[in-house]
Amino acid sequence: MRTYAGHSTAKESNELYRTNLAKGQTGLSVAFDLPTQTGYDPDDELSRGEVGKVGVSIAHKGDMHTLLDGIPLDEMNTSMTINATAAWLLALYMTVAEENGVDRHSLQGTTQNDIIKEFLSRGTYAFPPEPSMRLIADMIAYTVDEVPRWNPINICSYHLQEAGATPVQEIAYSLSAAQAVLDRVRPRVSEETFPRVFGRMSFFVNAGIRFVEEHAKLRAMGRLWEELGRQRYGVDDERMLRFRYGVQVNSLGLTESQPENNIIRIVLEALAVTMGREARARALQLPAWNEALGLPRPWDQQWSLRIQQILAYETDLLEYPDIFEGSKVMDGLVDELVHGAREEMQVVAEQGGAVAAVPYMKTQLVESNRERMRRIEAGEQKVVGQNVYTEAEPSPLQEGEDGGILRVDAAIEQSAIDAVQEWRAGRDEAAAGAALDALREAAADPDHNIMEPTLAAARAGVTTGEWAAALRDVFGEYRAPTGVGDAAAAASDDALRALRDRVDEVSEALGRRIKILVGKPGLDGHSNGAEQIAVRARDAGMDVVYEGIRLTPARIARTAVDEGVHVVGLSILSGSHAELIPTVLAELREAGADVPVVVGGIIPPADEVALLDAGVARVYTPKDFEVTRIMGDIVSLVAERNGVVAVS
Amino acid sequence: MPSPDPAELGRRLREGDRSAAPAALNVIENRADRDATRALLAEVSPAMLGGEPAAHLIGITGPPGAGKSSLLSALVSEWRGRGRTVAVLAVDPSSKRSGGSLLGDRARIDHDPRDDGVLIRSTAAGGRLGGLAAATREAAEALAPAFDAVVIETVGVGQSETDVEDVCDTVAVVVQPASGDVLQFLKAGIMEVPDLLVVTKADLGDVATRSRRDLGQALKAVGSTGVPVLAVSSVPPPSGIEELADALEEHRGRSDLSARRVRARRGAALREFTAEHGERALRELGGRRAAERLLAGQDERASVTDLLGALEAGR
Repeated sequence: MRTYAGHSTAKESNELYRTNLAKGQTGLSVAFDLPTQTGYDPDDELSRGEVGKVGVSIAHKGDMHTLLDGIPLDEMNTSMTINATAAWLLALYMTVAEENGVDRHSLQGTTQNDIIKEFLSRGTYAFPPEPSMRLIADMIAYTVDEVPRWNPINICSYHLQEAGATPVQEIAYSLSAAQAVLDRVRPRVSEETFPRVFGRMSFFVNAGIRFVEEHAKLRAMGRLWEELGRQRYGVDDERMLRFRYGVQVNSLGLTESQPENNIIRIVLEALAVTMGREARARALQLPAWNEALGLPRPWDQQWSLRIQQILAYETDLLEYPDIFEGSKVMDGLVDELVHGAREEMQVVAEQGGAVAAVPYMKTQLVESNRERMRRIEAGEQKVVGQNVYTEAEPSPLQEGEDGGILRVDAAIEQSAIDAVQEWRAGRDEAAAGAALDALREAAADPDHNIMEPTLAAARAGVTTGEWAAALRDVFGEYRAPTGVGDAAAAASDDALRALRDRVDEVSEALGRRIKILVGKPGLDGHSNGAEQIAVRARDAGMDVVYEGIRLTPARIARTAVDEGVHVVGLSILSGSHAELIPTVLAELREAGADVPVVVGGIIPPADEVALLDAGVARVYTPKDFEVTRIMGDIVSLVAERNGVVAVS
Repeated sequence: MPSPDPAELGRRLREGDRSAAPAALNVIENRADRDATRALLAEVSPAMLGGEPAAHLIGITGPPGAGKSSLLSALVSEWRGRGRTVAVLAVDPSSKRSGGSLLGDRARIDHDPRDDGVLIRSTAAGGRLGGLAAATREAAEALAPAFDAVVIETVGVGQSETDVEDVCDTVAVVVQPASGDVLQFLKAGIMEVPDLLVVTKADLGDVATRSRRDLGQALKAVGSTGVPVLAVSSVPPPSGIEELADALEEHRGRSDLSARRVRARRGAALREFTAEHGERALRELGGRRAAERLLAGQDERASVTDLLGALEAGR
């Protein structure tokens, strides 16, 4: 039992961990900030506004020492949500253990390390697909003997559902990703070792609100996993064939309106993964009820921890064998999912496997998500408090000076910048340089395992940004497919047809088609919202410039000017809007672009006012779920700013 | 926001002021105010420039997924390394149903946003506002005095929907290994022989080498032996990019640039005249050959606008 936590500085996170351990939590789950996740130091231009935001900033082994201070690593089970830079963060963790005299063989924990879902959904990748897969394979091949109690990878179907995946897609794409990893590890380890590698693979699954179907999904995954082990990899040891998974319940379905209802959703979703023993989660993480509003406070996280404790200690849930054994209905549901997933896995295999099929899978997810949003907009899928039963009493939970969310001190970024510069000035520069040279050399040789040179770099005081930059030198930069270009045109409904007519009218009056730039400033890679806006704008008849994630404010301003757009739409979910949006506005002004800017994201009401004051034309938050209406609003804005009167 | 004066924008471009480029393109894309475009282009005509603009006009075309954007990214940084400025006009397909389009998704060309020596502009093909071929030709004309290279990137193989290749000094067709279509198109004569063929993804090894050889043979079969076939890879470590930049340069050096441009302007004038007034107007001039003769009699420095004027006067 644990909650996903970590914020701002290593020192503050350390205090939070110690408090949580004292409250009965049995492990650590470390959240890193986006610069750490994508391989940039706090003083990098791209890190601006993101340092310490969604997790803790770890720039070198000194930070890791502070983070783990006073925590007994040989007794701890530590889960790290880290992917592109997983090899590096594991090396830092191992270095701290080593320097504290803890044997690496006793270390227990998990690195998430599933890069394919980063390309598909979460966006915190750092290197191109094949080199990224190689880092993963290297890590798995290394840890299986050197850190044998470590789960080097945790394949995440979780984020696929967050990106809109149907249950069948969630199963098929995550198992295909696991297969892509295993295929690459197999040649790196001996035949006797391989079953242990298979047994070390674990999954991180999503549990949505349709909790009966979700339970069936987990049973289906277990069945397909065993099948894969036996048939493709010849594993026959029962213990190694067990489908091991942890769960974070669905965030996508949590609402901003009437947020107190979310606690009920979370309980039901937790049931999906605990009620049948045959498919019970080994680890459960629950989000906070107010995630759609901003960063949860310690109290919010405590509430989520209590749900798990009540389920485990008060209910009779854990007292029975599998309660669905022999159920005709459950077996039928599982069969259907297994069948659908097998077919979809075949499609991925025909594309050349999960790595080659990233563009295909991405497009499928964008389309599924669009269908989901359409159903909610049309009222076909009911969301209580959002599109039905919307009248509500004011919530006492949201009262109080903090508005019900946690705020990160803006001064943290500057102190992190100072600290990393001080760290670099204080270390043995020649040793750090030599370690980086050795790292580059190893990276260039595909037969060389990356872990040893990475550990050497960690010991030598190299920083996160330097480690990643050295690998970028060899592997190159990469931008993932956005999936929007190939998304099929939307089915027309009356609202969309009316919108298209307005877009045409305003475009005629402007002399050229309305052109919108959709962008994601900063390091936040959660692009679902931006993608849906981009696709809908296209379907509404606009020319859409969408360049994907991780854009600097300077880049956004430059593109807005060069492309001659009429309006700029920005999406931020990492909470860094207060820093990044005003910077984009300033860059636009400097570049001489007098275009309106609209912003979408998880933006608390007080920040909304501040953004509007700073010159933002419109702010949209998760409660604005009617995308077609947002589009209409943007068309009016363009018409108004250009002195064009749109009929209607 | 007050609209900038089109003639002023044209004058600034003529003097090499690249910061005028985005606003100039806004004017040109505005199909509702053709007079503004004409006023702008008059300032950058060969007559005003005192000759042909120095820019190298390059067409890069190929099927979707061939790796054009990655290739252009690498090429842009190669050119910048050589101190050359570059403008890229990327033409994307648009949705037939909505008229809208997603731009920039394929054409992600990485460059330093603070570097004013690079301009990337994407436009939608088709759309009900029309006139893409003309607008792209006009855009290239406007940018040519201010950039060392103007690249027009289009999607397609063989017959382009946009005819923009006709505007360019050098046309390169980009294909990925094992794309049999291109081979067949070349052999069947469906596809015009480009000035340069580029096979991407050279890092794939044998399959790229084989493609390169097959294309070379196909070119030989249709009697085009002088067309270079290059293999490039844009994934690190990139390869063939320097050679490609050299080959583009070399093609430009060996072709009669001004003759090609005069021909291109006359061709564009005829095409745009027909597109605007129809075949019937052409017959009023005494047919296509008569129109061509009329154009051949015009001054070599005459701009497309002038040539269009001459055709209209001849009706």
